[in-house]
Amino acid sequence: MSAAEPILEARGLVKRYGRVVALDGADFDLYRGEILAVIGDNGAGKSTLIKILTGAETADEGEIRLEGRPVHFRSPLEARAAGIETVYQSLALSPALGVVDNLFLGRELVVEGWLGRWLRKLDYPRMRRLAREALDSLGLTTIQNIDQAVETLSGGQRQGVAIARAAAFGSKVIVMDEPTAALGVKESRRVLDLVLDVKRRGLPVVLISHNMPQVFEIADRIHIHRLGRRIAVVRPQECSMADAVAIMTGAIPPPAAAAA
Amino acid sequence: MGAGEVMDRSERTVAYDSAGNERSAVAGERLSTASEDSARRLLGRLQPFLHAHPPAVPAIVLALAVLAFGLLVGDRFFHPFNLSLVLQQVTIIAILGIAQTLVVLTAGIDLSVGAIMVLSSVVMGRLAVDLGLPVALAFGAGLGVGTVCGTINGLLVTALRLPPFIVTLGTWNVYFALNLWYSQSETIRAQDLEAHAPFLQFAGIAFDLLGARLTAGSLLMLVLFVVFWYILAHTPFGRHVYAVGDDPEAARLSGIRVGRTLVAVYALSGLVCAIAGWALIGRIGSVSPQAGGTANLDSITAVVIGGTSLFGGRGAIVGTLVGALIVGVFRNGLALAGLDALWQEFAVGVLIVVAVALDQWIRKVSS
Repeated sequence: MSAAEPILEARGLVKRYGRVVALDGADFDLYRGEILAVIGDNGAGKSTLIKILTGAETADEGEIRLEGRPVHFRSPLEARAAGIETVYQSLALSPALGVVDNLFLGRELVVEGWLGRWLRKLDYPRMRRLAREALDSLGLTTIQNIDQAVETLSGGQRQGVAIARAAAFGSKVIVMDEPTAALGVKESRRVLDLVLDVKRRGLPVVLISHNMPQVFEIADRIHIHRLGRRIAVVRPQECSMADAVAIMTGAIPPPAAAAA
Repeated sequence: MGAGEVMDRSERTVAYDSAGNERSAVAGERLSTASEDSARRLLGRLQPFLHAHPPAVPAIVLALAVLAFGLLVGDRFFHPFNLSLVLQQVTIIAILGIAQTLVVLTAGIDLSVGAIMVLSSVVMGRLAVDLGLPVALAFGAGLGVGTVCGTINGLLVTALRLPPFIVTLGTWNVYFALNLWYSQSETIRAQDLEAHAPFLQFAGIAFDLLGARLTAGSLLMLVLFVVFWYILAHTPFGRHVYAVGDDPEAARLSGIRVGRTLVAVYALSGLVCAIAGWALIGRIGSVSPQAGGTANLDSITAVVIGGTSLFGGRGAIVGTLVGALIVGVFRNGLALAGLDALWQEFAVGVLIVVAVALDQWIRKVSS
């Protein structure tokens, strides 16, 4: 069965910055249709791991496989082209541009025929329609004017636009870096619902977060990172929040069954 | 009816307040007179509108200026000949303003536009007249020199990561020195151009229409505005220019090649400067290495008054045309009103400061 095979996996990733070893033989597995949370103390190397998986950095050693095939991303563009979309903590939205422009930034649609081929004329009617569909499919109905500048939206709406962009273009994996870090309680709730919506649509999600209650609420599995490697993978039903934090900080050894 | 309207307004004001405008919440607690209150409400509605339409302010200012000078000076101002004269007077600065707008939208500034313009015009003139090359070749070489100058600016900004202000301050001097060296500080006379390369004077061709005197240069300028409006508003490249100026890191993560976009912007800017050089030959009839001395700063003035933000990513090309026209109307109107020329400079100075202050206020809608 295909669910038994990880959609995205990494083995023995090593990354050194000078004499600092950020990743020391790290493994990673993401299965189809799941939300995998990645937690770890500051400096544990989880952001380096994510950067390597999304093409922002390249590993010194180790291999990455997407759907079983080895991949070597040299830039975020290559990871994107392979179907891995990232929602950055900074959101990577252009504040003065409108919602439609942002959704299609870097992969704009041009009209068919000579106008598109020779004059590169943007197909705004088609982009508006697809943008509306992308927002509606995630229930982002509070954004009424899809031409309004992103900077005039609330924090939660901006996060929604960034997630909608990833969900619209990500064909295989969506990576979200601290999607609720800058939001209030109510808006965090909306964003978590969006993450669950994305999962429901069949896309696996990698969620990096510091917020343990949120992680335990929505993750199917939790990847615990410590000292540059994956120290354990636990299921939220089988592990308490306190134990997960203790494993993460080294206060207790990882359970033998969960050790990867 | 009246009460309903008031209700409607106050509701909208509340909506904007909830979008994060803390100061108006504090202001709301203060006791204020009814007129103060309604004025604030009006401003509260105006700000988002101006934020969404950057050229709205300059358009209003232009309309008011035309009206004011019409009342002040009367028919002499509104005469078609006078209005077309304003158009001729702003042609060169408006074309350079296009080049400047491209760079300013990327959060840069180009101090070398005037020098590139003059250098290109000198190259066209010398190759065609002194070396006797076919005029098409000389013209093409002039455009090529402008594009190369712009590309050098772009490469210095991207490859060496130098601030655009410093790069173009340097290349301004370099290009101007090259211009003096290549022209040997000599003017190419109009008669020589007429005899050897009349094509270079194309922009000076004038024709009368309903009492107005239009020049090919003015029409060329208008065509260029349409072309660059299209490029900026309706092509992927145009959107990338805005994104790069708005937030380069976000643009990079969105898959835009930031460096390549910047070099293209500076190269295109150089090409437009060279076209301005061609229009300059038509305007003054000859090729003068000393022409356009204040063009650098005048082009920045047109861009700023036109509502384009010096912080990048905000503005529209049509604003620059309006900005150039505002300067032209003020200069023309004040001159017709019989005021000393120093008051023209005074008025333009006030306009610049007001325009930048307005930009700061409009940008606050986001915070």
